[in-house]
Amino acid sequence: MTESSTVPFLQARDLTKSFSGVKALRGVTLEVERGEVHAVIGENGAGKSTLMKILAGVQPQDEGQILIDGLEVPLKGVDQALEQGIALIHQELNLADNLNVGSNIFLGREPTRYGLIDSNQIYSEASKYLKMVGLEIDPRTLVENLTIGVQQMVEIAKALSVNARVLIMDEPTSSLSQLETEELFRVISKLKSQGVTIIYISHRLFEIKEIADRVTILRDGENAGQLEKDAITHDAMVEAMVGRDISQFYSRETRELGETVLTVQALRTQTWPQHEVNLKVRAGEMVGIAGLVGAGRTELLRAIFGVDPSSSGMITLSGQSLTKYNCRTTINLGMAMVPEDRKSEGLILETGSRNNIGLPGLDRHRINGVFANAAKEKSDAERMTGEMRIKTAHDSQPVQFLSGGNQQKVVIGKWLSMNPTILLLDEPTRGVDIGAKQEIYRLMEELTAKGVGILFVSSEMEEVLSMSDRVLVMHEGRIAGELTRDTASEESIMHLATGGQPSDLMTEENN
Amino acid sequence: MKKVLGIFLLLVFICVATALLSDRFLTAFNIENLIRRSALFGILSIGAAFVIITSGIDLSIGSVVCLIGCLLPWMLVECEMSVPMALTMVTGISLLIGLTHGLLITKVKLQPFVVTLCGLLFYRGLTRGLVKDQTQGFRGEFSSLRSLSQGQLAIPGTDFGIPNPCLILVFVAILAIILLNFTVYGRYMLALGRNETATRFSGINTDRMTILAYVICGLLSGLGGMLFVLDVGSAQPVDFGNFYELYAIAGAVLGGCSLRGGQGTIIGVVIGAAVMQVLKNTITLVDAIPTNIEYAVIGAVILGGVVTDELVKSFAAKRRSKLGK
Repeated sequence: MTESSTVPFLQARDLTKSFSGVKALRGVTLEVERGEVHAVIGENGAGKSTLMKILAGVQPQDEGQILIDGLEVPLKGVDQALEQGIALIHQELNLADNLNVGSNIFLGREPTRYGLIDSNQIYSEASKYLKMVGLEIDPRTLVENLTIGVQQMVEIAKALSVNARVLIMDEPTSSLSQLETEELFRVISKLKSQGVTIIYISHRLFEIKEIADRVTILRDGENAGQLEKDAITHDAMVEAMVGRDISQFYSRETRELGETVLTVQALRTQTWPQHEVNLKVRAGEMVGIAGLVGAGRTELLRAIFGVDPSSSGMITLSGQSLTKYNCRTTINLGMAMVPEDRKSEGLILETGSRNNIGLPGLDRHRINGVFANAAKEKSDAERMTGEMRIKTAHDSQPVQFLSGGNQQKVVIGKWLSMNPTILLLDEPTRGVDIGAKQEIYRLMEELTAKGVGILFVSSEMEEVLSMSDRVLVMHEGRIAGELTRDTASEESIMHLATGGQPSDLMTEENN
Repeated sequence: MKKVLGIFLLLVFICVATALLSDRFLTAFNIENLIRRSALFGILSIGAAFVIITSGIDLSIGSVVCLIGCLLPWMLVECEMSVPMALTMVTGISLLIGLTHGLLITKVKLQPFVVTLCGLLFYRGLTRGLVKDQTQGFRGEFSSLRSLSQGQLAIPGTDFGIPNPCLILVFVAILAIILLNFTVYGRYMLALGRNETATRFSGINTDRMTILAYVICGLLSGLGGMLFVLDVGSAQPVDFGNFYELYAIAGAVLGGCSLRGGQGTIIGVVIGAAVMQVLKNTITLVDAIPTNIEYAVIGAVILGGVVTDELVKSFAAKRRSKLGK
């Protein structure tokens, strides 16, 4: 027992992890004491989720050790992590919603009697764990009839039922209401008093200030500092998260802007119907949308483009105002969108670059009303392959065999062949290598020089800062603030993205 | 093209083997009959192929054959309708059936399997109720209409002729090839069968294309039903067209359509349908094969066909990835 006061309860030492050559963790260390609420924060892609997945045994580390009470423990698989008492509460809930609460809690560990499932024992045991998280529901209730907040509590109860000593919560409040969040915090304090350790990941810095005992900050897969309870302030956290010199890897010249090519007025997405979004993009302008994962950026782009219906609002495109519309209309009026997930939304993986690039243009280039213009398709594909330097064996080589960068170029090429006046891009450089990244930036630059308006969403700070003429920062479904090239910085973006007020930003700058 | 070659070689192989094992195979009567049956099933398979290419399925084909096959003589004989009127009616009904399937699948978002399974039961029951289980026939009349199925185009200088259904199949197949390969609609169907989301994101009305596929299938099932009854002369509502959907689907799959959607050629499908019919003929003619194992043989051949196809594909993929490295 004397040892436990000197050696941290849970310790991760020099963890590294690479994904196909990209380093997600470069020697991260984490020390957590028994019974504390330890927050882990960082920007998108800082390595938080990777670290948590390693701790929960979802994926193994490349190098480094994990120790409990000073002894190294193997965590090769979720079952081994659970044996050590480490349970991960996923961002997306992992309950089988067609089963009832009790069955979910004991899924895979059902108590049996005479070889049959002992339902009575399940329900009586389940009630015990539900009480521990303050839930007074019948364990026979179907999970699909519960609210997200209650489902989360059920997941915590499930973790407790396997005697979890460490609960890892990944963005637990991202889909909870204010009341549900408060309830969660009550449960966390209760568990803490019972000696359960909580590792808490959140983008919401205000929550962390409220419940965390200590904060570990990650940046680019490395430790970027630790804050003790008294030192946890919003500013200190933001500073530690972003404090890095921004390499000027691409700098955009300011240029003359043309007419407004896209106006979005009072648009409400179905995910965030409580907030109206207004924005404008001018010809030749590059507007970046920054924000944290889940802030509603993708939903906004999809609603503007018309692949998801908006609940209300209007967009104006090429002089036409549209209220109820779909993407056929916007495409015909010169809009194009490079979606977030190119494999499922952007490409038909089993077919070649020619058919992929030609697809949106088939309608426009019909011959005699019905026939596909194969010659035009081929020439468009050739032109795009050449201009964008797409590396493919031949134009019918299935695009699933191309690299991420080349796949992304096919998606962009598919839209450029339509000569858009406004281009929407969602995470244009996600999962592409540095060379392809530069080419995509060059391309975006050329397009704006030709007078195309660009509205893009990106989770990469450098990308937003170096490419944008203007930055819109989103927070929980609304545009929390607009920054010009002069006012946009990592600090100002993070401030707005984490729920800070634009007015605070002004005073901070004055200081 | 390689795929079509494979199934074509299979067809040739079965034909040659049967010709060697039975001297009744290469008779003018048998060949002509075989071509007629193959052509009729080919029409159904082309319909099934359009649906399968959009990654759907149609289980109601056999029941639509039954409905139209019974309705046509019933309208002409019992209701004393004029020929053009009856033809318009059956065409309209087939189209309506396809349209209903398409709308239920795209707008109500039901699963194709469920919708068409209900169709399979519903149209059969409807037919039996409507004609009170009575066999429907032409009573020796309407010979000019029946020549649509029974007649043939004589080949000058021989006593052999091309059965009319074969000519109709060629006509349908050419239209289908044009639609699938040369029009934008065919391209849309192939694209959405592979990746519906990406196709929708490209600004294509995927719902409309899916509906089109079911309408084509409904129309061709109706055409098939009409030609079948004109050929045979009468239809029993209890079992007319029984299992035809399975022959149609099997022909399409054997001809290179993947149930995962997005792939298939019309030529392959036509040959696939022919393989099924030749196989049935083989079992009847070759004495060494007992007739009662017919379904087992057909099942085994289809399984063998698709297994070979998968093996060839994974072999090609392995070779490709090796070359890639």
